[in-house]
Amino acid sequence: MPADATPFKRRPKITTSKEMQMGHNALLRAYRDMLLIRRFEEKAGQLYGMGLIGGFCHLYIGQEAVVVGMQAALKPGDQVITSYRDHGHMLATGMEARGVMAELTGRIGGYSKGKGGSMHMFSREKGFFGGHGIVGAQVSLGNGLAFANMYRNNGQVALAYFGEGASNQGQVFESMNLAALFKLPCIFIIENNKYGMGTSVERASASRDLSKNGSPWGIPGEQIDGMNVQSVYEAAQRAVAHCRAGNGPYLLEMKTYRYRGHSMSDPAKYRTREEVQKMREQHDCLETARSALMAQGITEPDLKALDDEVKAIVTDAADFAQTSPEPDESELWTDILLETK
Amino acid sequence: MGVEILMPALSPTMTEGKLAKWLKKEGDTVKSGDVIAEIETDKATMEVEAVDEGVLTRIVVAEGTEGVAVNSPIAELDGGKPAAASAPAPAAREVSAPLPEAEDHAAVAEKGAKERPSVPASPASSAPEKDWGPTKSITVREALRDAMAAEMRADADVFLIGEEVAQYQGAYKISQGLLDEFGAKRVIDMPITEHGFTGMAVGAAFTGLKPIVEFMTFNFSMQAIDQIINSAAKTLYMSGGQLGCPITFRGPNGAASRVGAQHSQCYASWYAHCPGLKVLAPWSAADAKGLLRAAIRDPNPVIFLENEILYGQSFECPTDDDFILPIGKAKVEREGTDVTIVGFSIMVGMAMQAAEKLAEQGISAEVINLRSIRPLDIETIVRSVKKTNRVVTLEEGWPFAGIGSELAMQIVENCFDDLDAPPVRVHGLDVPMPYAANLEKLALPRLENVIEAVRSVTYR
Repeated sequence: MPADATPFKRRPKITTSKEMQMGHNALLRAYRDMLLIRRFEEKAGQLYGMGLIGGFCHLYIGQEAVVVGMQAALKPGDQVITSYRDHGHMLATGMEARGVMAELTGRIGGYSKGKGGSMHMFSREKGFFGGHGIVGAQVSLGNGLAFANMYRNNGQVALAYFGEGASNQGQVFESMNLAALFKLPCIFIIENNKYGMGTSVERASASRDLSKNGSPWGIPGEQIDGMNVQSVYEAAQRAVAHCRAGNGPYLLEMKTYRYRGHSMSDPAKYRTREEVQKMREQHDCLETARSALMAQGITEPDLKALDDEVKAIVTDAADFAQTSPEPDESELWTDILLETK
Repeated sequence: MGVEILMPALSPTMTEGKLAKWLKKEGDTVKSGDVIAEIETDKATMEVEAVDEGVLTRIVVAEGTEGVAVNSPIAELDGGKPAAASAPAPAAREVSAPLPEAEDHAAVAEKGAKERPSVPASPASSAPEKDWGPTKSITVREALRDAMAAEMRADADVFLIGEEVAQYQGAYKISQGLLDEFGAKRVIDMPITEHGFTGMAVGAAFTGLKPIVEFMTFNFSMQAIDQIINSAAKTLYMSGGQLGCPITFRGPNGAASRVGAQHSQCYASWYAHCPGLKVLAPWSAADAKGLLRAAIRDPNPVIFLENEILYGQSFECPTDDDFILPIGKAKVEREGTDVTIVGFSIMVGMAMQAAEKLAEQGISAEVINLRSIRPLDIETIVRSVKKTNRVVTLEEGWPFAGIGSELAMQIVENCFDDLDAPPVRVHGLDVPMPYAANLEKLALPRLENVIEAVRSVTYR
C-alpha cells in the first residue's frame, strides 16, 4: 500500500448521528445484497471461463459495499448510472439476477434481449440508466438525469458512478461545473479501486485526494472507506440529504478495491498477490459486515440461511442464462429507431 | 457428489492453455475465491479461483501440462453442493462451441438484409405533398424560431439549450424572443462545454424530456460526437428497445464565408453514416419550419443541419398553425425530363439556378431537394432517374465517402439499367477550406461546375 499510509480511514471531522447509522435489519439486508453480488460475479467469472459469456466482462468483486451502501439511502424514482463494471449496480437496484446473467450470455431473456451484453443493460423501472462502455460518458449522462429531476422539480436524485480512471476525463470536470452551476441533484461517486486497468491512480492523477476534484466549483467532497458498507451508507445519507434539499451536487470518493483483474482477460501483473491478499483478509466488505452482525448477535445458522438463499438465486440465474434462447435473427433489425407517432 | 473444476478460458478466442502450477494439493480445503492454480497462454498467466467450496479430492491434470483444452476437467472437488450448478450442462457445452464460420455469418447478414423492414419514414413517397393553403414570405431564421416556439408551446417537455441561446438571443439570432416567452427554465444558456452539455441533454432525453441542443456551429459538435453517436444513437438498440432518446441537435453546418478550415465543414456524411440517427438538411423556410417541428416531435435523435448563409433568405412558407413536413420525404422542387440534379441544403438553390441556365440551353433538369438525408427517400430519386436516365449529385462536403457517393451507389443498385450515363458528383474540393477569398471560392461547388456536370452526363 505505497501511496497513502491509511487509505481506508474516513476523515475524522465528519460526524454521524445515531439515526444515520445502519440498523441491524438494514445491515443484514446489506450483507445479503453484497453476498448476492459476490456470488453472482463469481458465477459470471465461471461462465466466462466456460466460454458462455463473450467479449468483455468486468467483475465487481471486492467493491460490493459501495453500491449496496449507496442504494440503501435511495428512494424509488432516484436514478443510477455507471460505467461498464455494472453488474453489482444492477443487482443493487433490484434488477433480477436472471435477466442480468442472461444478458451476459447474450440470450433473449437478458435485460437488453441479448443485444447489449455485460456493459449495456438498463431498467427504467428500477431507475437504472446503464451500463455505458465509454469511460466517463456516464457522468455527463448522469448529470442529465439530475437535470431532468431539476426540470421536473420531482425531488429525486441521480447517482453517477465512475472509476478513478474516468475521473481524469475532461467531460467529468465539465459535468461538475455544470452540476454546480445549475445546482443539479447529482451525486458523483468516484469508485477509487486504485487501478484504471493497469495504471495505478498515482501514475494517472496528479491529485492525491480525488474527493477535492469538485472543489473549484464548491462541490462538497468526502473520502469514504468504500470497503465498509456502514461507512458508505452514512456518507450516502449525507450526500442524498444535501442533494434533495436543493443544495446542488455532492462528491464521494469511495476508497475501494477490486480483487479480480480489470476484465476477465487481465493477468493483473501491475500489483502483487500480497497486496490483493491483504485487502481481502483485512478489508473485505463481507467479512466486516459479518463480524458486525455476529457482534449484534446473529448466529451461524442465520447466515447460512442467507448463503443458501443467495446461492439458489445465482444457480437459478445461471441455469436461466444457459437455457434462455439466443435472440431471433429478426432482432438484428429491431430497436434501431422508434416509430414516429 | 463431486464437482468438476474445468479449464477456464481467459478470452473468447482461447481454446487451450498450459496448466502452469497448482497452488492447492489433493486433500486441501478450498473456499470460494481461493486461488487454486495458475494457467498460461501465449499472452498471459492467470490465476484460477475456486467458485465452489469443498475439499480438493483429485487433481486430474498435472501441473506443467500443455495444451489443456478449455472446459476439460482439471480437478474434482468433493463436499460442495450437487454438481448441477457448477458442471456445465450439455447444452451449455454446445453453445460454447467455436464462433460460427465466416460464411454462416455472411449468410445471416444477407438474410437479415433481405428481411430488413423498408424504411418506415417514407410512407407516402409517391403521394403528392399536402397543400397547406396560404403562404407568406419569411426568412429561414424566422421559420426556425417559429418552429421551436410552436413546439415549446405545445409540449412542456421541450426546452432549448446551447451557447448564447438565451440572453444573447442566439449567436445567429435563431432563438430571438424565446427567453422572453418561455423563461430561463426552458431556454438555457450553456457554458462553452459541448461535451458536457451534450451528454447532459442526452441523459435528460433518456428520462423522456425533449431537448433541443443548439451547436453554435456543427463544427463544435465534434467535441461531443461521442455522446451523439455512442450514447444518443446506440442506446435504444443496446437496451433492447427500452431507452429512447428524443433529442434534436441543430445549428449551422457547412461553409459560411471566409471562416477558415475549422469552421467550414459539412457533417452530413459523418452523421448519416450512423444507424440510430436521423439527419435532416432544410433548404427553404418551409423546409426549416416543417422539418424542425417534425424533428422535435420525433422520438429519436435527429441531427438538423442548417446553413448560416440561408438564415437571412426569404421563402414562401405556409401560415397554417399545424404545418409540418414528414421526415424521410424528398421534394421535387422543379420537374424536368433530361437530367436529375439531387442536392440538399444551400446546394438546392444552386441546383435551381443551374436548372434555369440549362433551360436556356434547351436542357430540362429535374431538381430534387433531399430534405432528409437519413432516412433517404431513394424512391423519389429512383423514380426521377428512371424518367431522366441521368443524374448529378451536388453537395458542399468532401467527395470521399460523401453523400454523393452514397447516392450514386444506391442509384446504381436500384436502377442501373435506366442510366444512360454514369452518375457524376459535384462536391467541395478534397482540401481543408482555405481562407483566401479566391481559394475559398474555388474549393466550393460553383454554378459552372453543375452545368458542366450536367452537360457531361447529357453528352452535350
